[in-house]
Amino acid sequence: MAKPDKLIPKQAMPKLSMEERRKTLKEVALGFSEDLALVEASRCLQCAKPKCVEGCPVNIDIPAFIKLIQERKFEEAIEKIKERNALPAMCGRVCPQENLCQKSCVLGIKGEPVAIGALERFAADYELKKEPITPTGSKCNPTGVKVAVVGSGPFGLTAAADLAKQGFDVTIFEALHEPGGVLIYGIPEFRLPKRVVKAEVEYVKSLGVKIQTDVIIGKTYTLDELFQMGYKAVFIGTGAGAPIFLGIPGENLSGIYSANEFLTRVNLMKAYLFPKYATPVKVGRKVAVIGGGNVAFDSARTALRLGAEKVALVYRRTEAEMPARREEVENAKEEGVEFMCLVNPVRFIGDEAGWVKEMECLRMELGEPDESGRRRPIPIKGSEFRIPVDTVIVAIGTRVNPLIQKTAPLLKTDKHGHLVVDDYGRTSMKFVYAGGDITSGTATVIEAMKAGKRTVQAFCEDLQKSE
Amino acid sequence: MNDIVSAKELAPNIKQFEILAPPVATKVRPGHFVVLQTEEEGERIPLTVVDSNPEKGTVTLVFLEIGASTKKLGKLKQGNRILHFVGPLGNPSEIEKFGQVVCVGGGIGAAAIYPIVKALKAAGNRVISIIGARNKDLLIYEEELRKVSDELYVTTDDGSKGRHGFVSDVLKELLEKGIPIDRVIAVGPAVMMKVISNLTKPFRVKTIVSLNPIMVDATGMCGCCRVYVSGETKFACVDGPEFDGHQVDFDNLLARLRTYVEEEKLSHQMLEKGEG
Ligand SMILES: Cc1cc2nc3c(=O)[nH]c(=O)nc-3n(C[C@H](O)[C@H](O)[C@H](O)COP(=O)(O)OP(=O)(O)OC[C@H]3O[C@@H](n4cnc5c(N)ncnc54)[C@H](O)[C@@H]3O)c2cc1C
Ligand SMILES: Cc1cc2nc3c(=O)[nH]c(=O)nc-3n(C[C@H](O)[C@H](O)[C@H](O)COP(=O)(O)OP(=O)(O)OC[C@H]3O[C@@H](n4cnc5c(N)ncnc54)[C@H](O)[C@@H]3O)c2cc1C
Ligand code: SF4
Ligand code: SF4
Ligand code: FES
Repeated sequence: MAKPDKLIPKQAMPKLSMEERRKTLKEVALGFSEDLALVEASRCLQCAKPKCVEGCPVNIDIPAFIKLIQERKFEEAIEKIKERNALPAMCGRVCPQENLCQKSCVLGIKGEPVAIGALERFAADYELKKEPITPTGSKCNPTGVKVAVVGSGPFGLTAAADLAKQGFDVTIFEALHEPGGVLIYGIPEFRLPKRVVKAEVEYVKSLGVKIQTDVIIGKTYTLDELFQMGYKAVFIGTGAGAPIFLGIPGENLSGIYSANEFLTRVNLMKAYLFPKYATPVKVGRKVAVIGGGNVAFDSARTALRLGAEKVALVYRRTEAEMPARREEVENAKEEGVEFMCLVNPVRFIGDEAGWVKEMECLRMELGEPDESGRRRPIPIKGSEFRIPVDTVIVAIGTRVNPLIQKTAPLLKTDKHGHLVVDDYGRTSMKFVYAGGDITSGTATVIEAMKAGKRTVQAFCEDLQKSE
Repeated sequence: MNDIVSAKELAPNIKQFEILAPPVATKVRPGHFVVLQTEEEGERIPLTVVDSNPEKGTVTLVFLEIGASTKKLGKLKQGNRILHFVGPLGNPSEIEKFGQVVCVGGGIGAAAIYPIVKALKAAGNRVISIIGARNKDLLIYEEELRKVSDELYVTTDDGSKGRHGFVSDVLKELLEKGIPIDRVIAVGPAVMMKVISNLTKPFRVKTIVSLNPIMVDATGMCGCCRVYVSGETKFACVDGPEFDGHQVDFDNLLARLRTYVEEEKLSHQMLEKGEG
């Protein structure tokens, strides 16, 4: 076994060549080789009171799985992770580790923390590479209690996996034709390959979970009807999928997309393979992406790969305030995304055929901090200027889609339309639980998963009490 | 589930499918639509539900084979299964006792208006239906509509059957005659709905149109289907598809419908060459 040695520097993640990054949707972060993983794992001090575990929202036993990697017991390492996290190959890729587990790692005080996310991904990929997970069909369930999960994003998949592990008879209802939520329609291939999402969905199915796609709760069935159909409880994880537009003149010109539409066309409908795949997408030569979060970066980097000559990311604050993951900001810079900071669009101008051709913007300056603690952008009078564009992607956020609430008046919502829940995800309706973006607004994959675990605990307690 | 129980050609390039989809069949109301996809590589196609049979668990769709996706759909036969089928989507039509209602169906819209006419009639309205097509061979749902309407007018662009002219010509005459009209409902190509809305506006007759913008998910997630109604952005799939025709920006809708003309042509050529 390798000796803990903090003199070894943190191992860098190997990346795809720049040439391929400009032309293909292949995954950028290539993952650790076995050798790299062993070296990186050897850096972990195996702390007696590991801070990293507290930093992980689902409390993976991090030192334990890293020790198993040190001992080359890769299969046991992934088993250890899966005790707490059903979707490790995805979390290892898209978790904001730098703010979570790695932020709490003691090695980070003086130097670089252990690359926990990359090690988690290594263990998960090892298992995926070894043998494709095949669903084992429905397992017998000791309790015979049927439960329904609405939405197959990270909340729904995690809740379903934990429920199945407890022995419940679980069915997920998903509105779209593919399970995975944002992981399948939003986050692009080059950050989270769809085969990884599919493999983790298969793992959840192998626990006995049934998934019915093409079912919209609130339309195909209402909540009440689910209870009538014999489901004892319903877990709602429908996300916050409705796009927000800027509300400025010209925003409905052709060539202007919401990030959701743009990414859905490319990821879910595979428009990058048009015409083999029937759904098209239009990427012009000059693309402007409005926003500064993960979604804006994913859109900008996708547009580059689909052949745009120039992609400008237009953000109303400065780079320091951008909510996107640092790693992705760096990747985007390397790939040639241009940043236009302290700039805000005020209207779009179209040609005779109704296509967007110019965007009028205002320059901004930063004022006092607002509720979010970030300095508020203030427009500079008379600073209007125009830039030529032929595609615009609006990535300024999403809100809750009210499809379910519309047919379930007893479900309490706050003024933003988020479902109101207690600390454990109990909604205002008995045996109805919720979590993920539908309760919090757009957050993170791992927060949605944590909520999934908590709601299952709450349900188990409620069920025992009611018996 | 999703099996094509019966398939019929109503007119050249117009097909009618009856599809087994019990959850949709029991829920669907006039004005609702569904989204279907025929293959993994296919598009999500929105189509209006024209009829349903809750006992059999079936819904009826009528579609025009206009481009690659609808042509592929049209190649399916009785007994085939549709890969993905989801619904009912959109808001149902507002059905009340309004008085005298004129229902206008242009082209394929004649089938789409049928469930609305039927429901309006059952709600105690006097219904005048006007349907039109390019020529007599392309007229559909004439007999069905005659059974449920109090009056039925038929027009053809070339005069091969019924009145020579457009559906709007008949409506114009009715309006000018000054017969009481409490509401007009128009379903058909966007241009036709624009003409009808412009026609009724000076007469101040409430006019409802069923919009057909390009859609992707049809659940309110993408905003592809957005239209200006009273100057505000609305999503046709969840806020509509029916809107007050006098408030709709049809020119914007028409422009957005042309977004992918080049791609649509390419897909069509591929299909003709047998590569699609
Ligand atoms: C482009 C993009 C990039 C992101 N990058 C990151 C990242 O790097 N790291 C990170 O941690 N987070 C990231 N996020 C945020 C993260 O993806 C979300 O916080 C997370 O997916 C929320 O999970 P969820 O389960 O609550 O909902 P979702 O993932 O939104 O899933 C909800 C599911 O419910 C379905 N649904 C909705 N309504 C119904 C209904 N009525 N009936 C049935 N099904 C329904 C939807 O179709 C969807 O499949 C990103 C988000 C986007 C859009
Ligand atoms: C709510 C709604 C209800 C509809 N009901 C019916 C119906 O009952 N019968 C019927 O024949 N047609 C109906 N349509 C139109 C039908 O969906 C389109 O004709 C079909 O998607 C065209 O696909 P295509 O590939 O065959 O043709 P394409 O060659 O791709 O396009 C032909 C035209 O259809 C429009 N179109 C293209 N893609 C889409 C899309 N994804 N969504 C909507 N429109 C598109 C474009 O304006 C285009 O010019 C409806 C559309 C909507 C939005
Ligand atoms: S799930 Fe996320 S936070 Fe937890 S250990 Fe893995 S990468 Fe870190
Ligand atoms: S805090 Fe860092 S060094 Fe300590 S156990 Fe966790 S990963 Fe290892
Ligand atoms: S089609 Fe996506 S929001 Fe209406």
